[in-house]
Amino acid sequence: MTTLTETNARHAVRKPRLRGDRSPAASVVLHLTLIVASVIAVFPVLWVLLTSLKPAKFATTTDFFKETTFENYSNLIKDTEFLTWFGNSVVIAGLTTVLGVFVSATTGYAVSRFRFPGKRGLMWTLLITQMFPVAVLIVPIYNIMASMGLLNQPAGLVITYLTISVPFCAWMMKGFFDTIPREIDESGQVDGLTPFGTFWRLILPLAKPGLAVTAFYSFITAWGEVAYASAFMVGDENLTLAGGLQKFVNQYGAQWGPMTAASVLIAIPAALVFLFAQKHLVTGMSAGAVKG
Amino acid sequence: MAVHTSQSVAKAAGDDVARGRSRGTGNPPPPSRLRRALSVHWYAWTMVAPVVIVIGVIIGYPLFRGLWLSLTNADERNVARSIGVNEIPATYEFVGVDNYVDALTGGQFLSTLGWTLVWTVSCVGVTFCLGMALANILNRKIAGRSAYRMALILPWAIPGFVSVFAWRFLYNEDRGLLNKLLTGSGFDGIPWLNDPTWAKFSVIAVNVWLGVPFIMVALLGGLQSIPSEQYEAAEMDGATAWQRFRHVTLPGLRPVSTTVILLSTIWTFNMFPVIFLLTRGGPGEATQILVTQAYKFSFEISPRDFAQSSTWGVLILVLLMLFAVVYRRVLRTQGDNW
Repeated sequence: MTTLTETNARHAVRKPRLRGDRSPAASVVLHLTLIVASVIAVFPVLWVLLTSLKPAKFATTTDFFKETTFENYSNLIKDTEFLTWFGNSVVIAGLTTVLGVFVSATTGYAVSRFRFPGKRGLMWTLLITQMFPVAVLIVPIYNIMASMGLLNQPAGLVITYLTISVPFCAWMMKGFFDTIPREIDESGQVDGLTPFGTFWRLILPLAKPGLAVTAFYSFITAWGEVAYASAFMVGDENLTLAGGLQKFVNQYGAQWGPMTAASVLIAIPAALVFLFAQKHLVTGMSAGAVKG
Repeated sequence: MAVHTSQSVAKAAGDDVARGRSRGTGNPPPPSRLRRALSVHWYAWTMVAPVVIVIGVIIGYPLFRGLWLSLTNADERNVARSIGVNEIPATYEFVGVDNYVDALTGGQFLSTLGWTLVWTVSCVGVTFCLGMALANILNRKIAGRSAYRMALILPWAIPGFVSVFAWRFLYNEDRGLLNKLLTGSGFDGIPWLNDPTWAKFSVIAVNVWLGVPFIMVALLGGLQSIPSEQYEAAEMDGATAWQRFRHVTLPGLRPVSTTVILLSTIWTFNMFPVIFLLTRGGPGEATQILVTQAYKFSFEISPRDFAQSSTWGVLILVLLMLFAVVYRRVLRTQGDNW
């Protein structure tokens, strides 16, 4: 069928170029465009990686390689609080993720499957809370945390991050639940499961990839959050990575050696997992938004 | 379909409840409206309860406090605080809408808003065009497609604050790579982050660099969902490549485009880390957007001005909500059931 139409088209109209056809010149242009774009995309990251492997005193040279060494890494781990910051970030982002997914999973399901009074309002709330600027909440939360003695405490930051992750996770998971056929719910009801039973025994196992992606994305969001972390956490041993990295580069000067080494150690795990998860990520986000 | 499913579930659940009750009381009185709603919807309400409670407590309460603060003259010196063992009570006062009047009549808010709009429109515009171009190229049959895709996604995969520091390293005026390359080839170095105009250009460039992958991946997904029969039909009718793009691709991408434009507009408008970590709003206040300026009021100046910061925050929120409502309304009048 397809071949038939194609040959027909080829016979009928010669003039316009078809989708499959491309002149060699066009191929060259396309490849050049992609190569330039890829270089721009990769270069800053690559440059940080290369710099981290040079001795600190050569950090600003333009050579790609110069006396390759790992001393930036060993100095970073020995002389700075990097590992503490890393630990803080893992604990805070991890707790945020677990709580966020746990709290919002059933909501994602209910919003995806049922009609109930208040659903429209809830959907709007979930959407609007995602456009909350940091600036609206940061002062009141800061004051509340101060009065409860939670400033400089991981728990304070976890609670703060839940304001971001709960609406986001609910929204994302609605998108993933939407992709699971409703016939599965119906078969569960036929077999006598309650709505909770259907959710717990049938839908949740099927939604595991979606849950994983949601969890991962909320982890990355907390991992990379800057504003709250800079305002709420002071004192070297309490910083998260976003705050710690600022210590290396400030208005009085920059220690590019440890900064680049730290950047690499922060980015590698995140980037690896991200590249695996990204395909599902967009599906969930746009599905949730489009079918809302 | 949604109606059908929900009703059948509702009936099952409702029966369940009724059975449970009748076992206890024998003959239940005719239920009131609220009770009937409760018996039909209790499971849905139970399921959304955790999120409703969490949002109410950790977003709702601070939000109302923020609204209240914006109507007072609260600053660092008159809020409740404890010094050692002494508890000092709050002494700030209600001042009505004075803060809003000050913000909207003074020059600072409006000029910051102006740059924020320029920043948002140019970032989203450039990012969307680049993302669209790259997505269309990647959607063709081309050698090494997955390798290109991987490379182009990289900026999204790296935590934002790390990338921003990488760019700061490249932009460094005396020792950064960009200026070394320029001076090496005989040009003058450029004050990337120290000259107001160049700084504006630099922050936009970094944000575009960060934003392209998301749009590209989203549009690529959209492109793959356009049925190829539509292209075949267009080819049969003799449409040129541009006509196919204009009349098949663009309409086919409409649902995805509207969503990603909405999302990235909101994100860019609120993009705190790029500005904060790259320039801190400087030089002067040249690159300060509304969010970073509001942050500065409450955490970087002395005495910290909580009231003004809250006022700006509320104004930002109002602006974004207006934008979202108008955007949706425009889409709806054009026939989108979004």
